[in-house]
Amino acid sequence: MSLEDDLYQEIILENYRSKKNRRKIEGASLHAEGANPSCGDDLELFLSIEDDVVTDASYEGVGCSICCASANLLCESLHDRSTQEAREILKQFKGMLLDDLEPDFADEISDLEAMQGVKNYPVRIKCALLPWNTLGGLLDGVQ
Amino acid sequence: MKQSTFDRQDSVTLDLDHLRAQFPMLQRRMRGKRFAYLDNGATSLKPESVIAAEQHYYTELSANIHRGVYEFSEQATVEYDQTREKVARFIGAESDGSIVFTKGTTEAINVVAYGFVRKFFGPGDELVTTEIEHHANLVPWQEACKATGATLRFIPVNPDGSLQLDALEDVITERTKLVAVTAMSNVTGYMPDLARIIAAARAREAVVLVDGAQYVSHHPVNVRSLDCDFLVFSGHKMCGPTGVGVLYAKNEVLEQMDPLIYGGDMVTKVRRDEATYKPIPDRFEGGTPNIAGVIALGAAVDFLSQVGMQAIAAHERDLLAYMVERAREVDELVTYGPDDLSSRGGIFSFNYADVHPHDAGALLDQEGVAVRTGFHCAQPLMQVFGVTGTVRASFYLYNSTEDIDALVNGLARIKGVFG
Ligand SMILES: Cc1ncc(COP(=O)(O)O)c(C=O)c1O
Repeated sequence: MSLEDDLYQEIILENYRSKKNRRKIEGASLHAEGANPSCGDDLELFLSIEDDVVTDASYEGVGCSICCASANLLCESLHDRSTQEAREILKQFKGMLLDDLEPDFADEISDLEAMQGVKNYPVRIKCALLPWNTLGGLLDGVQ
Repeated sequence: MKQSTFDRQDSVTLDLDHLRAQFPMLQRRMRGKRFAYLDNGATSLKPESVIAAEQHYYTELSANIHRGVYEFSEQATVEYDQTREKVARFIGAESDGSIVFTKGTTEAINVVAYGFVRKFFGPGDELVTTEIEHHANLVPWQEACKATGATLRFIPVNPDGSLQLDALEDVITERTKLVAVTAMSNVTGYMPDLARIIAAARAREAVVLVDGAQYVSHHPVNVRSLDCDFLVFSGHKMCGPTGVGVLYAKNEVLEQMDPLIYGGDMVTKVRRDEATYKPIPDRFEGGTPNIAGVIALGAAVDFLSQVGMQAIAAHERDLLAYMVERAREVDELVTYGPDDLSSRGGIFSFNYADVHPHDAGALLDQEGVAVRTGFHCAQPLMQVFGVTGTVRASFYLYNSTEDIDALVNGLARIKGVFG
């Protein structure tokens, strides 16, 4: 498979280009910064949570296409999820990239599977995981 | 050390086929394509003679130096010290006593930061550097200034990454005790006018450290005519092995300094409560050094001397000119560094429109083209450019216009994905 088929597929490029979730949330319940020192990727993740449900998620910053696409998919997938469900999605996403596990995402967030090809490019895994690791840090702070 | 110190007409052209045949890595293919190695700024490929020298030590000597009374130890010591002579000659040093082996440029700078700056600097003293430095020539000074209360100052930088040398007299003052500057930027290839900087430092009796990591491997150098106090560089960027580098220091400066590493091999006499130390340079080489690496560095110096540093510099200047010309065909390219190519060595930094350098590099890799992407251990310079990173192509003696063509053709693949 070529890099274009594997990594730079249309779903990933669309999510990379999408501006929908590329914004700050003023007064966000939670926000945190994540950085990959080796490549300079640096982004900030924002979550609005009401009654333990994610009502909005967004990100800002700089990153490669894989990192930004991953961040956009993350934001899309968290809408209306409880923090417990968010943890479950996070666990599946990391398992898909790090432990070669077959993911089982709900239909409406199955676009996340497009990131699966990244696991064949070891140096890019950390790009895809940056927003998710940042999310993990945020959720650890929620009881 | 300016480009004009050699005459283009005098230079012999390189026999590329003959040279390339001596580099085993150039016989490999990458991603099934011809391997276009354009990441020489990070590290260079090694010729057979260097690989053989490293192997020679392990298969034919394998003894420690300065200690054994047996033949193989003696021979290893001789070969180790021969490299010191070769390096001294290579950079025009007054004696091999001024050559200290380190594990690389970074360690060499730290030897100076600890043994010189931390020993002699205090509040009110100033250390001058620039925003175009590799982190190796910045972070040790930040820490040394914190520890001593000295102040770090910067020669101002222009938007194109060149230095504002008209401001030298404002920055280098009677409080300046050390000026630490690169001979060639690892991001843009910019080579500041060192003669001018060193003259300004001399006028204030400041000591000068030149970071030669990118320069020494590509240009003829003479530390005596340059009149720097320190010159630091890495073996692995000059066809030598990893894990070995050089600190050149003027004898009288080195004499005053404290070692960074204490222990065996650098002492003359040890009693329970104190020790006395060997003369320079041995005093600065505590512990068993990278013997194989040093011996192989000698082979690298032989190799480069045979090819000829002037010829290498001229070859890379031609490659840079060709690169710049070909880059003009691609409207999407944003390039970094001064327009005046005579002030630049063989490095070409760019971005493809707003495509992240990491994405650009990954697609070039698919075409067999190896480039470096990211901030190149030079984040302050990235801030000057207002970017988080660039794609960098850096040339060496074995590169050809074919490598540059492969890079330019590879840009089409970036266009294919990102438009
Ligand atoms: C200008 C410059 N200085 C210092 C260094 C550090 O060299 P090393 O990592 O070999 O210690 C480099 C290496 O990239 C460099 O390009």
